[in-house]
Amino acid sequence: MKADFWRQKSESIVIPIVAILLSMVLFGLFCLFLSKANPFGVFGSIYQGSFSTWSTWQRTLIGAAPIMLCALCTALPARMGYVIIGNEGALIVGGLGAIAVGLTLNNLPPLLVQIAMAIGGITWGGLWIMAVGALRHYRAVNETISSLLMNYIAIALMNELVEGVMRDPSSLNKPSTYSLATVNMLGALPGTRVHYGLLYGLIACGLAYFLIERTTFGFSVRATGGNIRAAKITGLPVGKLALAVTFLAGSCAGLAGMVEVAAVHGNVNATLNSGYGYSGVLVAFIARYNPLASALISILLGGILASGGLLQRLHNLPDAAVLVFQGLVFLCVLWSECWYGQWSFFSPKESA
Amino acid sequence: MATEALGWLGVPLGIVGGMLRGSAPFLFVSLGECLTEKSGKINLGLEGTLLMGAMSAYAVSYLTKSPWLGVVVAGLAGALLGCIHAWLAQQRRVNDIAVGIAMILFGSGLAFFLGKPFVQPVAPGLEAISLGNWSNVQQVQAALKINPLFLLGIVLVPLIQWFFRSTRWGLYVRAVGDSPEAARAMGVSIWQVRAASIVFGSFLAGVGGAYLSLYYPGSWNERISSGQGLMAVALVIFARWDPVQCLYASLLFGGAQAIGPSLQSVGITSFYQIFNASPYILTLIFMVLRCSPKRSIEGSPGALGEIN
Repeated sequence: MKADFWRQKSESIVIPIVAILLSMVLFGLFCLFLSKANPFGVFGSIYQGSFSTWSTWQRTLIGAAPIMLCALCTALPARMGYVIIGNEGALIVGGLGAIAVGLTLNNLPPLLVQIAMAIGGITWGGLWIMAVGALRHYRAVNETISSLLMNYIAIALMNELVEGVMRDPSSLNKPSTYSLATVNMLGALPGTRVHYGLLYGLIACGLAYFLIERTTFGFSVRATGGNIRAAKITGLPVGKLALAVTFLAGSCAGLAGMVEVAAVHGNVNATLNSGYGYSGVLVAFIARYNPLASALISILLGGILASGGLLQRLHNLPDAAVLVFQGLVFLCVLWSECWYGQWSFFSPKESA
Repeated sequence: MATEALGWLGVPLGIVGGMLRGSAPFLFVSLGECLTEKSGKINLGLEGTLLMGAMSAYAVSYLTKSPWLGVVVAGLAGALLGCIHAWLAQQRRVNDIAVGIAMILFGSGLAFFLGKPFVQPVAPGLEAISLGNWSNVQQVQAALKINPLFLLGIVLVPLIQWFFRSTRWGLYVRAVGDSPEAARAMGVSIWQVRAASIVFGSFLAGVGGAYLSLYYPGSWNERISSGQGLMAVALVIFARWDPVQCLYASLLFGGAQAIGPSLQSVGITSFYQIFNASPYILTLIFMVLRCSPKRSIEGSPGALGEIN
């Protein structure tokens, strides 16, 4: 009995690992044939640029923080059966909300400003994705496509505000908003360069796991995701659940935007749109929508992203190499979906 | 600016010009997506296909000095990506929308990776046909230019309509998309029909990409597509899976894209970025108006969105 339990459990750990190894092989071949780069050297450099020293570890973790939060934006609604990929948009709107609050409340004590900024990011990001959820539930608008469109609308909104009413006139080449006062910026965890955003990300992933796996609310969400008609018949408030889950999802991505603004950039400009949202989608899929696994995989992906510059310098690979790698990992992980239940090693043995 | 001579007339003229110039990529991707979705599968990855097409067309045109060869190669590059989608999206338990997202990442990554050396060089583009020579106003001449590739796209519209309505193969595609069980009973291979639809749809999207890099905007860089590939899916919903309506929708979107720049040319610069986003806002509004929780949209293929 016990052995069978572990046999089945290990399937969901072994298969993603095999998928990732396969994508590494494919990426290695890709580098070898298209850029004449030594695949072992390339993977060596990825390791070197991401996890080899404490300094690169810190950079990896700084990159992982927003990805973690963005991953929740896809992972939470996915438990309810919604495929939402509006993470990038929610991140941007959250960042805009945070900077607006941060600049307005300039004179309050820093801690209050930071809390207000976090609330601003959470609220705006949450409402942004909640709109997607509401459209899905009340008007049956496909949530994947609407959230994708909302990404583009968010980018346009940011450009409009940054080039218009919120522009700092002294930012000439790269229109930006006014910068936050240094005292109001999020600091680093003691003894490191890693900002508090990482802590937010880890806490959010832990809370999300608890919420989905250990509470009645989470159970209702999972039940709705399993069979929406059955959920309606049992009297679950499907509409309210949809709104609540999408709000929570968006608020995580919005918090990521606040973290980027308050801890990294200090203002908002076009660099806020840097692809963390799409990385979050990838992470959520690899983690099979498990918040705890998302945290772990975000750190891995943060490492791969952090090593992009080194790949460019040492192996003369274009910076898009990291994008290709992400794409390959994603494709292989999706392919691995159809391996479940196919390998007899993992199926339970005859039991009495 | 000579536009000032035209005054406010410059705005509708600019929008018409934008329609004639900017609709073609929308047209090709929406026709491709229409064909794909008629067979019951969604290809969300056409953005990657479009970029790959744009890159390969530009590269081939630069290397061989023949832009039309570039168009063909762009289509083939698109079809190649389509093969991956066709194979993966039809595996057991694999979600075709998720595969599409992965293909966006992979296709655009591949295009940027391979296209890095071609950002600087200038490749020969496609020549346009001038229809505005009767007028001696420069803006009219500039607006009324039509690219032969766009004309090709317009010719494709009735062809695809005819294909769906009157040919045996068109019937197969519709049968597979509407009722796979019935198709199987007819002895049609669902796998083959869907694979062919996805691959040919991606071919069209690749050609749409060639239009971007070889005519308008007419260069190769990482920001060349403004999301035409992503909007394909929404456009097809908007056009109710009907090729003729795909043409109207593409013209509308091409025109909407030109609202911002033409207003800017008469001195209205406020909300420039918001006007630029008007195709997305328009799509969203139409989806809200057209969708309903009580019934599926009229014309929607019956098997769309079913998991294998």
